[in-house]
Amino acid sequence: MTMGLLLDFFLVILALAAGWWTIGAKDSFGAAVAFVAYGLVLALIWVRIAAPDVALTEAAIGAGLTGGMLIGASTRLESAKQATRAGGVTRRLAIALSALVAAALALAVLGLPHPPPSLAAAAMAALPPTGLGNPVTGVLLAYRAVDTLLEKVVLILALLGTWSLAPDRLWGGRPGRKERRNAASPLTLLGQVLPPIGIVIGLHILWVGANEPGGAFQGGTILAAMWMLAVMAGLVDVPAISRTWLRLLVVAGPGLFLIVGLAGFVVAGGFLAYPPGFAKPLILLVEVVLTLSVAAILLLLLAGPPEREPPR
Amino acid sequence: MSLVRDILTVLSVTAGAFFFLAGTVGLLRFPDTLTRLHALTKADNLGLGLVVLGLALQTWSGPAVLKLAVVWLLALFSGATVAQLIAHRARDDRPGE
Repeated sequence: MTMGLLLDFFLVILALAAGWWTIGAKDSFGAAVAFVAYGLVLALIWVRIAAPDVALTEAAIGAGLTGGMLIGASTRLESAKQATRAGGVTRRLAIALSALVAAALALAVLGLPHPPPSLAAAAMAALPPTGLGNPVTGVLLAYRAVDTLLEKVVLILALLGTWSLAPDRLWGGRPGRKERRNAASPLTLLGQVLPPIGIVIGLHILWVGANEPGGAFQGGTILAAMWMLAVMAGLVDVPAISRTWLRLLVVAGPGLFLIVGLAGFVVAGGFLAYPPGFAKPLILLVEVVLTLSVAAILLLLLAGPPEREPPR
Repeated sequence: MSLVRDILTVLSVTAGAFFFLAGTVGLLRFPDTLTRLHALTKADNLGLGLVVLGLALQTWSGPAVLKLAVVWLLALFSGATVAQLIAHRARDDRPGE
């Protein structure tokens, strides 16, 4: 018990230090690297408080994807020579606002009654009819499916926001620059060997999500990372955003989710309600298609707005 | 039998932690990028390998041992690749060559 407490103490110190490092870093690249480290420490903390689903998401999205996007953004700012530091007033305002949010959160957590109110027992009790074993997946795709649906729609909106940064003549073109393939580079080897393994692991994480930690978002992130790796090694190119198959892939997951949800009105008496006995197959079907959509959306978010002329 | 396994685990994980410590000291103390990389990859490869070995002795079940081994091999592979990439970059950036 005391060993666990000691470990928790070190993790908290590490998280605070990583946070301080992120804020105090001299340039935006250093800050982005520190943010990734911060995300990984946070993932360990989630594991410690027995929330492996959140830990997986934090490691994949918080550290991996967001870290990649921040590093990309900082490189873009460097090359555009626009890296400016926020003014004193802005910084002070940001500090005050962050401190306020942190204080409010601390108050809320410290003010929790003993024992804290919990819906965990109710969530477990209602799980058998869904055929799922992981209560987190139950919350995400059965009890609060509407939140998950909206979250995926927000992803599409974010992608549209990224694309809309393209100048008119590049609309419909390919994002980013073409990476040159270099057979002598170790990256080429990694890009050839890792994706087959990563695809299996991504699908495994999607599949076990029904009963154990994992699910569509975590699996999709791994698939997107494998795709990105092959892009970075110059083995494949990011598809032009005008491609019909790509746009169908992006909307397929949320679209199918919406159709299943609307069908719930007819066959199960409510939006996003599953007919008895069909909950698990339907949830699996939605999750598989969502995983593919999430992978495509995350890749395209990382790749950024189109920068090359559209194909004629 | 389980006592033997426990002892082996303690020995293995301790040795792994020692390699991580040594690698960290090397990372902080060595003079240039290439030597620092050398220290870091040794810590990753051997240190993680020994920790994985110690944990595998504890789980003692086929699938779990397989997963642990895959974790180690993937860390080896990506670590080696990233070390090569950083080393290439460091060599190209060195002035006067």
